[in-house]
Amino acid sequence: MSDHIVKSYDDDLAALKTMLAQMGGIAEEQLSDAIQAISKRDTKLADMVIAQDGKIDALEVQVEEKAILTIARRQPMARDLREIMVAIRIASDLERIGDLAKNTAKRSHAISEPMPRRLMTGFARMGRLAQEQLKDILDAYARSDSEKALAVWRSDEEIDALYNSIFRELLTYMMEDPRMIGLCTHLLFGAKNLERIGDHTTNIAENIYYLSFGTAIPVERPKKDQTSITSYDAAL
Amino acid sequence: MNMIPQTIQTPTTPDILAGKPVKILARNVDIHYGDKHAIKNLSIDIPDRAVSSFIGPSGCGKSTFLRAINRMNDTIPGCRIAGDITLDGQNIYDRAIDVVQLRAKVGMVFQKPNPFPKSVFENVAYGPRIHGLASNKTELEEIVVASLRKAGLFEEVKDRLDHPGTGLSGGQQQRLCIARAIAVNPEVILMDEPCSALDPIATARIEELIDELRQNFCIVIVTHSMQQAARVSQLTAFFHLGTLVEFGDTGKVFTAPRDKRTQDYITGRFG
Ligand SMILES: Nc1ncnc2c1ncn2[C@@H]1O[C@H](COP(=O)(O)OP(=O)(O)O)[C@@H](O)[C@H]1O
Ligand SMILES: [Mg+2]
Repeated sequence: MSDHIVKSYDDDLAALKTMLAQMGGIAEEQLSDAIQAISKRDTKLADMVIAQDGKIDALEVQVEEKAILTIARRQPMARDLREIMVAIRIASDLERIGDLAKNTAKRSHAISEPMPRRLMTGFARMGRLAQEQLKDILDAYARSDSEKALAVWRSDEEIDALYNSIFRELLTYMMEDPRMIGLCTHLLFGAKNLERIGDHTTNIAENIYYLSFGTAIPVERPKKDQTSITSYDAAL
Repeated sequence: MNMIPQTIQTPTTPDILAGKPVKILARNVDIHYGDKHAIKNLSIDIPDRAVSSFIGPSGCGKSTFLRAINRMNDTIPGCRIAGDITLDGQNIYDRAIDVVQLRAKVGMVFQKPNPFPKSVFENVAYGPRIHGLASNKTELEEIVVASLRKAGLFEEVKDRLDHPGTGLSGGQQQRLCIARAIAVNPEVILMDEPCSALDPIATARIEELIDELRQNFCIVIVTHSMQQAARVSQLTAFFHLGTLVEFGDTGKVFTAPRDKRTQDYITGRFG
């Protein structure tokens, strides 16, 4: 994209992108720390995640203010207009991702029992996937790479599938040993948070696509989280 | 004889206007001023009862094409036009066309309000009188009042119809010119940057008026303000270097234009 005749207009748009890059960086860290906190039951790290969340919230407010001011001052059109709308929406997704990371980290306080290794591997795999997706989507946004965004969008199915299998696994554990119910419930919520983070990543992908083409991604992505229709019996 | 379609079916047709009757149709229009090639092979379908706006950098040919729609270019020495322009299917450059009648049907409002140095009443009454639209004084008065009302000016001037039109404010003068154009029962109203000499409030009044007029007229407006095009028109045409680059649904043109040149221009990226 070539430059605006009015240079300071470019600066306004660049400032938005910088703020979003900052938000994205913090969200990535928060997610990584939250997964660590649960895996290692590291409550100190969890508290750090909780404390850091305000930074993302503050940046989201800044993005909104900058966006509104830019709309008022420049009356953006076409791609510029989409750029600003998309910045607002991505900021909101990143803020939600931050919240979900915080909520995940918090749960490490509630888990007192030692964690069976097998349970942890599923959760850790899901965490790695969510982190990878988040990193990829932030890269795609920074480079306005709609191809890469589409790839991330498609890969969300993997997270959904993994979540479905963790859900079933946790159900079996809880049935085998009721003392595990507390732990498993928290892990289940943690896994659900990661699955939600995947959904927000998908939203960001859709926005990057919209930014490039001015239209929504043409086909509906099949929703693969089937836990809401999985019965207790079916888990066996 | 080539068949000229009378409903809009071009690929650029926005859904909201599909099937609406074409009012003005141009095919392969070229306009020269001496050696200067001002309009290049332009084709467009302009719908009735809608506002179409022409945008583009200065000198790209917007006014030239606008003037071709009511043959105002005829009076410019050295100006030649080739191609077809039809109004309701009738070629306006046909020998049989009475240009005075054509200009009554296709009215024009200019950038600078240009009332005659006569009373408010006479400014509006002039056209109907020379076109013989009123058979007596009462009828003429009715036409004048109705036109001033349609132009949203009557309430402001009803007590000074005998005052000079040139004594009104800029915005009022422009609405007087619109009333004057309306008075001869036109079907099309062409406007060439009608608000560029007006303040924002007077501009808003004209824009409100344009929005009302589109219920009954085919309106084509040339504007320098993209925001104005976005506000008042249902269709937007982007001109560049004598070519019609893109014509489509205004919402689409301003959020996701098809052509890079349109994109660059409306986002302020033209060098
Ligand atoms: N009367 C004229 N004689 C010669 N050239 C003209 C005349 N009017 C316009 N032009 C030229 O034709 C081109 C298109 O002008 P115009 O239609 O006025 O553009 P716009 O309205 O888009 O600013 C310009 O290059 C202009 O210099
Ligand atoms: Mg002009």
